[in-house]
Amino acid sequence: MTTEPISGPTRDDFQSSNHVRWCPGCGDYAILAQVQRTLPELGIPRERFAVISGIGCSGRFPYYMNTYGFHTIHGRAAAVATGLKASRPDLSVWVATGDGDALSIGGNHTMHALRRNIDINILLFNNQIYGLTKGQYSPTSEVGKVTASTPMGSLDRPVWPLSLALGSNATFIARTIDREPKHMVDVLLRAAHHKGTSLVEVYQNCNIFNDKAFSHLTERTSKDAEQLRVEHGKPLLFDKGRKGIGFKNFQAVIIDVEKDGLDGVAIHDEQGPVAYHMAVAELRHPHFPTAIGVIRAVDGPVYDERMTAQIDLAVKKKGRGELKALLAGETTWRVHTTLDA
Amino acid sequence: MSATENGSTPTGGKQHKTLDAVVIRFAGDSGDGMQVTGNQFTTTSALVGNDLATMPDYPAEIRAPAGTLGGVSGYQIQISNHDIYTPGDRPDTLVAMNPAALKVNLRDLEPGATIIVNTDAFTDKDIERAGFVGDPLKDDSLKNFTVLPVMLTSMTHTALADSPLSKKEKDRCKNFFALGVVYWMYGRPLEHSREWIKQKFAKNPDVVSANILALEAGHAFGETAEIFDTRYDVAAAKDVREGTYRRVTGNEATALGFITASQIAEMDLFLGSYPITPASDILHNLSRYKHYGVKTFQAEDEIAAVASAIGAAFGGAIGLTTTSGPGVALKAEAIGLAFMVELPLIIVNVQRGGPSTGLPTKTEQSDLFQAMFGRSGDAQLPVLAAATPGDCFWMAIEATRIATKYMTPVFLLTDGYIANGAEPWRIPEVETLPDLHVKFHTEVEGFAPYHRDPTTLARPWVRPGTPGLEHRIGGLEKADGSGEISYDGDNHERMSHLRAEKLERIARDIPDAEVHGADKGDLLVLSWGGTYGSVRAGVELAQAEGLAVTHVHLRHINPMPANVERLIRSFRRVLVAELNMGQLHFVIRGKFLVDADLLSKVQGKSFHVREILDRIHTLLGVGSSAPHHA
Repeated sequence: MTTEPISGPTRDDFQSSNHVRWCPGCGDYAILAQVQRTLPELGIPRERFAVISGIGCSGRFPYYMNTYGFHTIHGRAAAVATGLKASRPDLSVWVATGDGDALSIGGNHTMHALRRNIDINILLFNNQIYGLTKGQYSPTSEVGKVTASTPMGSLDRPVWPLSLALGSNATFIARTIDREPKHMVDVLLRAAHHKGTSLVEVYQNCNIFNDKAFSHLTERTSKDAEQLRVEHGKPLLFDKGRKGIGFKNFQAVIIDVEKDGLDGVAIHDEQGPVAYHMAVAELRHPHFPTAIGVIRAVDGPVYDERMTAQIDLAVKKKGRGELKALLAGETTWRVHTTLDA
Repeated sequence: MSATENGSTPTGGKQHKTLDAVVIRFAGDSGDGMQVTGNQFTTTSALVGNDLATMPDYPAEIRAPAGTLGGVSGYQIQISNHDIYTPGDRPDTLVAMNPAALKVNLRDLEPGATIIVNTDAFTDKDIERAGFVGDPLKDDSLKNFTVLPVMLTSMTHTALADSPLSKKEKDRCKNFFALGVVYWMYGRPLEHSREWIKQKFAKNPDVVSANILALEAGHAFGETAEIFDTRYDVAAAKDVREGTYRRVTGNEATALGFITASQIAEMDLFLGSYPITPASDILHNLSRYKHYGVKTFQAEDEIAAVASAIGAAFGGAIGLTTTSGPGVALKAEAIGLAFMVELPLIIVNVQRGGPSTGLPTKTEQSDLFQAMFGRSGDAQLPVLAAATPGDCFWMAIEATRIATKYMTPVFLLTDGYIANGAEPWRIPEVETLPDLHVKFHTEVEGFAPYHRDPTTLARPWVRPGTPGLEHRIGGLEKADGSGEISYDGDNHERMSHLRAEKLERIARDIPDAEVHGADKGDLLVLSWGGTYGSVRAGVELAQAEGLAVTHVHLRHINPMPANVERLIRSFRRVLVAELNMGQLHFVIRGKFLVDADLLSKVQGKSFHVREILDRIHTLLGVGSSAPHHA
């Protein structure tokens, strides 16, 4: 018997010795801190975590986590993580990615990870800009963005990550903000506990190339009116409860709660229909507040569990495969004559 | 032609001829079941004890319009009473199910060949569709051949008069009628095919009895019809090694090899793959072995396929991805990552005609450059190539051995010719298989992710989940030993040399290339991959003529076996024979500064034995000899 006190891992245990090299003031620092706060809460030994990234500012994330980590290639983190989780369901697998990595070059893998519902957690750092290549517009940038590659303004319309995820049959989507640490930890815990692929979009400020992209959501003077904090079973209220969101013919409407009461204010349902989740996910500035929190969390068949189950079933039906039987196959014949060797 | 003219009267007086070897080709519409027919003939011949080699040849379209030249599907087999290396250059017997099949295959026949034709399919419309001017059965265009006209379709219907099947379903049984005829011609038993039909169509007893009836009717027709006056005997092969045999295609053997590797290594096998011709059968095969713990993942694309295999390798599994040339192009960046992070990964490229979509169902060896050089940076990695369908098994094991022992991605090249071709394969005894055990690193003391084994230069392989060894890897250059990110130029140079040095270490750990012939002489013929059989057979013919020719076939291409350089310098001339425009040739010239000659062929087909022999004659200034049958 040992007499050591029972104490779980802490944030410090998840900090690697690598010097963090994001730009001073980058929102990534806050995300790193909240992830390092969240993982010790999960009751999983540190050595069972693996953090996988692609390329971009988010790509450096694994180097700063004192877990198993793999900095892969541009856009492919979800695919590498899929192979890892499929072969090692015992690991807790996290993907750190960005709007370019996950939605531009790696859009395909994001879509397919979500539809497969493999049990990984995808953290999508959305700063609406390409940071590491020095400030070109990204697939989530607004139309008309003037950047080094678009001096007259960008022409392409943005993709909305959570809408794309819903179209990909995602079972868990959430949104949080780098400047809301407590909210982020709550969302990350929910994502971690979800069985299946969880996608957490984190609005992240790039103070060098796209500063204040989300300031309406984070400035003290505007955040109450701009943030719609969604919670399962509670009405969609914002602006300190003075206003609410309802839906009329699929169209969101703002309800003046002080004047008209709670009648018509929608009650948030994480298990509700996709159309409802889409409507909530697409609420945006300037006409509506932006939803943050867990928008959708439903149960669905989990890819890695089903893969294991198929193997178990095959073993049950046919018995565990034996090498001799494998080599022999079904039809064999015997040659008796010997060739002088 | 009427039934009477077909000579359906029993006569009895049949001749018997004994042959050492015979080449038969079945050809018909891609919906005619020619691959099934060929496969049945193959397994039955294997059970009879013949040595054999096969070559399926099918169109890229699943069902090209019926009766067109583009829709012709073929299956060639050589059976023999001795050890053979190829499916044969030219068919002795052609079974042509329609005019298009006759048209497409006629050019491959030598005068004197036998042609069994389905006369029912020679309608004016189909004759015209095949591009014949007039009915070739009625003019003298086939006068150099022995034509055996059979009303295959209508006789099948006659045999199935009492069957409840529809007309269309009865039509589909005609390939078994044809098979029955050919079984009679070559004295094959019907048992195997009867059993196969029973199992294959177990859910539909009417289909079972119809196909068996068609098979038996075809056989009886051969027995009784006057036009079939000769029956050929090809005895069991005597000069093959004692043992238990089965029939394998290259893709089957590849799958078996990787499962075997995972079993003897006691490691999980993970396949990430995306369907592509002609590699998909490896995915199909491996998917059926779940009870061996095999995990197969059909990814969303080629990149995800290789990326998932890399993820699995990071997790401590044997990571495998299977594809063909265009797929490798897509995987290139990820393969570079595996090389940089020094994880074991096996990439199987079942080569097909390229570039781009190229000739998806035809064979070629034109991805050697891609395997050797197709990455950014200095990233040479081991390249292996299987020689025969059965060799795919052994090279899958060898690829796994090198990948896991040296912590490196490994290319295994096969090709459409051996992937789809079948041969008898001697089943190895489990005890004779190599030891592939991997020792994962678990020691915390002194651990560093890039601290190398002094002999192999492999970095430690740590399974995530091992306490105290949490570490990070990635595509950025790493500091020698510690594995921290490093942009230092001197470190990069050192790491580049270390990665290259691994190949030198592997070179010390692979067997010498087999030498077929003397170790010096006038001409060394070098080949690699799936052309083994044709080149070996061609060189043997030359050796039988007394020419000082030796054959060396490379299964390890990068690094090369230690004896290759000495051999190259021991011959007056060197000929590289390959199914591309000179890729190994380029490597050999560059590596050894030798003025090697090239025999190149890019027609979507393997070499004819004759082509090898002819080039040997030319190079050695010997006059052409009489035609040979290989």
